[in-house]
Amino acid sequence: MQLELSEEDRAFREEMRDFFTTKVPEEIRDAVKDGQELSKEQIVASQQALNAAGLAVPHWPEQYGGRGWSDLRRHLWNEEMQRAFVPAPLAFNTSMIGPVLAQFGSEELKERFMAPTANLDVWWSQGFSEPDAGSDLASLRTTAVRDGDDWIVNGQKTWTTLGQYGDWIFTLVRTNPDVKKQAGISMLLIDMTSPGLEVRPIELIDGGHEVNEVWFSDVRVPGANLVGEVDGGWTIAKFLLGNERVGVAPVAATKRNLALAKDRYAERVAADPLLAARVAELENELLALELTALRVVAHSEGGEPHPASSVLKLKGTELQQAVSELAVDLAGPASLASGADDGSALPGFARRATPTYLNLRKASIYGGSNEVQRQIISKTILGL
Amino acid sequence: MDFTYDDEQVALRDAVRGLVGKTYSDHEHRRQTVNDEPGFDEKQWARMAEMGILGLPFAEADGGVGAGPVEIGIVAQEMGRVIAPEPFLTCVVLAGGLVSAAGSAEQREEILGAVAEGERVLALAHDEPGRGWVSTASAVTAAEQGGTWTLEGVKEPVVQGARADTLVVTAALPDGGTGLFLVDGDAADLRRDSYRTYDGGRAAKVTFSGTAATPLGEVADREATVATILDVGRITAANEALGSMETALRLTTDYLKSRKQFGVTLNTFQALTFRAADMYVSLELASSMVQWATMVLMSGDAEAASDAARRTALQVSRAARHVGQEAIQLHGGIGVTAEYAVGNHVARLTALDHLLGDGTHHLGGLVSRIGDHEGVDPLR
Repeated sequence: MQLELSEEDRAFREEMRDFFTTKVPEEIRDAVKDGQELSKEQIVASQQALNAAGLAVPHWPEQYGGRGWSDLRRHLWNEEMQRAFVPAPLAFNTSMIGPVLAQFGSEELKERFMAPTANLDVWWSQGFSEPDAGSDLASLRTTAVRDGDDWIVNGQKTWTTLGQYGDWIFTLVRTNPDVKKQAGISMLLIDMTSPGLEVRPIELIDGGHEVNEVWFSDVRVPGANLVGEVDGGWTIAKFLLGNERVGVAPVAATKRNLALAKDRYAERVAADPLLAARVAELENELLALELTALRVVAHSEGGEPHPASSVLKLKGTELQQAVSELAVDLAGPASLASGADDGSALPGFARRATPTYLNLRKASIYGGSNEVQRQIISKTILGL
Repeated sequence: MDFTYDDEQVALRDAVRGLVGKTYSDHEHRRQTVNDEPGFDEKQWARMAEMGILGLPFAEADGGVGAGPVEIGIVAQEMGRVIAPEPFLTCVVLAGGLVSAAGSAEQREEILGAVAEGERVLALAHDEPGRGWVSTASAVTAAEQGGTWTLEGVKEPVVQGARADTLVVTAALPDGGTGLFLVDGDAADLRRDSYRTYDGGRAAKVTFSGTAATPLGEVADREATVATILDVGRITAANEALGSMETALRLTTDYLKSRKQFGVTLNTFQALTFRAADMYVSLELASSMVQWATMVLMSGDAEAASDAARRTALQVSRAARHVGQEAIQLHGGIGVTAEYAVGNHVARLTALDHLLGDGTHHLGGLVSRIGDHEGVDPLR
């Protein structure tokens, strides 16, 4: 057992720290720091800065821009990026469809999409959830029916995050209604400018426009846009969701947000032992979570994932939410001023505390709700 | 960065598990052992000495093995797994640790050699009525006359205070500060009133009435040394608690899979399996923290170890209460019976929680330093 990083890994961390704090535009990082909603242009600019330096998709196969890093280095890369307030590369592109295309896509799809996906020249949306298929994803009903070489798609997707920016959407569709529900699903890539495809915004309690419904009415999709085998979509979905869970505990970002809150309200925290105790407990739990992530990272060099990895999503989102809740409490009455503009006498971080808190209620729901995580732990780890 | 044991550490774990686990995996045997005086098995103690466990932390020159915190942690975890009642923590780690840190060369060789051989049991007489979890002494005072030292006052509770052959005592020095003394168990003017503790152990009220005492090493203020050894003890106790929590969770999941109610096994009820899943979350987070603190201890940086001990004690305190309380609840009535293991694990976890400072105590320590740092970074 040994706590120290090797000299090489420490140098690597320095290199990452230096890059993220100097090469990503400061106005973008300041916007993240203040909890502002980023524009599409800011997200694209940030990812392109990373991609130009080979830092957008280090976990991809090397032929598509991956770096062949150890899991520890990927962890350090991610931690330093979050610590520097650099927006993470768009997950739909880099964690979801990119690895899926590399693994399951035809040569034609790889040739067409891998590079633009890494560089965010194509903005991907995710079309999995439906009104009656959330955590029970296999119950989805959107259909794709053969018409010559093409597919005709009908149905509705929901919770399509940032779908208003999407150029393309990767969807799970039912291609065979006559078999066990998991066995009749396929994955199709659909151009969002296709006739019959309509994106409708869903207003959320934080006042922002983050998610959408996507409607398909006789949308024609070329057969070449099928990923993998017909009716083989469930395997791909499991592969994709497995990737999603790994990166979903934002330890460094939560730590950073707690440190910001502690610093911004230092006087109140110093004067109120109950507030100080909440800060101290959260710092301690975050330390335990970070150490757990490091255990998982160190272990996964061997291949099989560490069983404790299922703890990361569950506890990671709980702590993310708890820190956002603390930020609202620290902001106090100023937290009501969510609609005020820059003419307000109240600081921006206080005004945005509550929308952030309300928005983050989603964290324990997406990526497999925390109840699904408990089910995974009790079934697969505890054998219950 | 590496969270895994090397081959020798795995071998040690397997050996300790073989010895300690074999003896106490039969809970009825453990129950009989703690019912008889002195609350542990002297023969088992001798077997532990033969295996080299009792001399693990001491230098080879003092008759020990010269092993590090990871090895100590491994022993503690294995003892916790079966709640072995032998006083490894209090005799070897705490009292032995003080002799090792403060004793003269002669004292170290004589005392630690005998501890390693299993021939001498030490107790740490440090806690005083009305004071808790401090690194100083005040109710027991030391006085010197003509080069001879005597002690006056009461220490309580002293774990295994009556069985101990030698007491390692903290006492207020005439010129201020906290000194360390050795008192022979047979000393005149020493009174030891023993009683049972709820975790199956024994403790004593120890009364010094002009009792002759030998300074441990030079007479000096040893508060820093005491504080450091208490931190080592906290991290060792956390390792022991980790082993016990693992067993408490395993017993609980076994029970949920086998116990039938309403015609079905209990794991049919999602409300119960979700609670077990949350126990697992608490256990894994505590485990990460314990492994980390053990590695910090290896670094030899007393200040870093103190912080790690505090943080780990807090996390383990919270986890032990959560896992322990849920373990009993998910068992139902059998969980509170002495003849079944799980309740005894909870009792031991409660004792470990209160021996060297509970979660709220350590949280207070963290709160007082809350403005000193931006965040907590474990990687070096």
